[in-house]
Amino acid sequence: MLQIADIYKVFHRGTPNEVRALEGVSLDLEEGSFVVVVGSNGSGKSTLLNAIAGACTVDRGSLRLDGQDVTRWSEHRRASLIGRVFQNPFSGTAPNLSIGENLALASRRGLSRRLGWALGGRLHAQMRETVARLNMGLEDRLANPIATLSGGQRQALTLLMATWLKPKLLLLDEHTAALDPKSADQVIRLSEQLITSEKLTALMVTHSMHQAASLGDRLIMMHRGRVIHDFRGAEKGRLRSDDLLARFEQVRRADRLDESAAELLRRYYV
Amino acid sequence: MSLLIGAWTLGLILSMLALGVFISFRVFHFPDITADGSLTLGAAVSATLIVQGLSPALATAAGFAAGMAAGAVAATLHTRFQINGLLAGILVMTALFSINLFIMGRSNVPLISQATLVTSAEQFGRRLVGARPSLRVLGWELTIRDVSLLLVSLAGALVTGCLLYVFLRTNLGTAMRATGDNNQMIRALGVNDGNMLVLGLALSNGLVALSGALLAQYQGFADVQMGIGMVVWGLASVIIGEALVGGQQLGLIIAGAVMGSVLFRLLVAVALRWGLDPNYLKLITAAFVFAALVLPGGLRKWNERKARLAHAPDR
Repeated sequence: MLQIADIYKVFHRGTPNEVRALEGVSLDLEEGSFVVVVGSNGSGKSTLLNAIAGACTVDRGSLRLDGQDVTRWSEHRRASLIGRVFQNPFSGTAPNLSIGENLALASRRGLSRRLGWALGGRLHAQMRETVARLNMGLEDRLANPIATLSGGQRQALTLLMATWLKPKLLLLDEHTAALDPKSADQVIRLSEQLITSEKLTALMVTHSMHQAASLGDRLIMMHRGRVIHDFRGAEKGRLRSDDLLARFEQVRRADRLDESAAELLRRYYV
Repeated sequence: MSLLIGAWTLGLILSMLALGVFISFRVFHFPDITADGSLTLGAAVSATLIVQGLSPALATAAGFAAGMAAGAVAATLHTRFQINGLLAGILVMTALFSINLFIMGRSNVPLISQATLVTSAEQFGRRLVGARPSLRVLGWELTIRDVSLLLVSLAGALVTGCLLYVFLRTNLGTAMRATGDNNQMIRALGVNDGNMLVLGLALSNGLVALSGALLAQYQGFADVQMGIGMVVWGLASVIIGEALVGGQQLGLIIAGAVMGSVLFRLLVAVALRWGLDPNYLKLITAAFVFAALVLPGGLRKWNERKARLAHAPDR
């Protein structure tokens, strides 16, 4: 479904703030797989998602999605294939538009938008039915502006919007990180349920080792712009959050070793 | 009474300016100064075409189209060339000053003794009431001209407001409102937000130019200076309108902008009647807009401080 071939991305190239965010990432996602991405801060996992979504263009390498080379596609063009949920609950919805209008916008993701009435009667009935499944009582508040909703409700709604038209790929960028534990739990369960029932191909970035261990059928660990571990199948099934933490500790120690070695070399030769 | 009716009519004509400013400032949060130039552009294009013998309706439509082009240019400067929004508007407005002079060939084009939409409205009114020179309404003596212009401009403002409302509720219009609200979200839903801004500012400036075309026909001339300060007047109307309706619903805000424009012109007419020097009008309008922008936040802070002091423990 998604083929990423050796992509590189450098921010602020040639300045003191140069950041090598992606250094040769290659990844192949089969249709229907649910991949979890973990990594420390600055490991490049968010950049990876942005590169796939088209929010930033890669310096080198190529991206193929659903059999098409999308490397040069703009963000809004890729949106016809990709559904997204952002880390910030404010990012995924238009606050001054009503719940219904936001869903209506999502119901035409990647389609042409002309002078047809945005909130038709049939669409409205379908919305009530779908939103009712969230058990948040939102089906009676379709005319209310999004600004009146809590963060958890917004993320749940953004999930519905991202999957209203079945996307070829669902990108979840730490979409529960800004929520309180109860809402986060609700949203993560909804995500899992949608991905399973709709047989979606999904890529989820998370900070939570618990989520990383319990969700998905494949886990990717990133560090300094590279994929350093790729667990699949039974191996992924055996992973516990403690194992993941141990791996992180390993990476951290290796890093420190690198630094002290560099310091040693500097002292002797510079 | 004629003064008040005149203010009503002017307010309704300038309500299209207010609707245009509503689109740029409120829907897109884009400080579009182009409107100062496109109002004059609409007036210049329509007046010149009318003088050359084109039918007034077509000339007015041409003014609308010219305004759309100006808005599209300003938006393109911003989206394609990453020029700051305010500066993009200033650039187009400045360029339009020369373009307007070029179109008119001089700084002022009189429309007295020309057939315009205003004379058509007057004829329409005369045909309705017959040969009487004036009407008595509630004991006031009103000329046919005043009454028919008021009614026609009221109809025009209502139709424009309703069309805008319907447009903003379509798939395209909803995407436009979402673009102004959260452009990251609308890109993720497959909409080219740059194109949306171009279309939105084209519509906004088209409405402003339409207002200018009608204003020129109403006052009987197009003048190269007539657009100066119009953005602020439009903004004042939108702000008054928001205070009048007090709601956030789209229909209410649009109706509010039209009502705000009328109320603003009435206030101006009364102030002028009381002997306000017209030269101070723009200063006072600017001060008013400043107050309307700053006061709500200031009041909130003041109230919060009062509440804090009231709850502070005694020392």
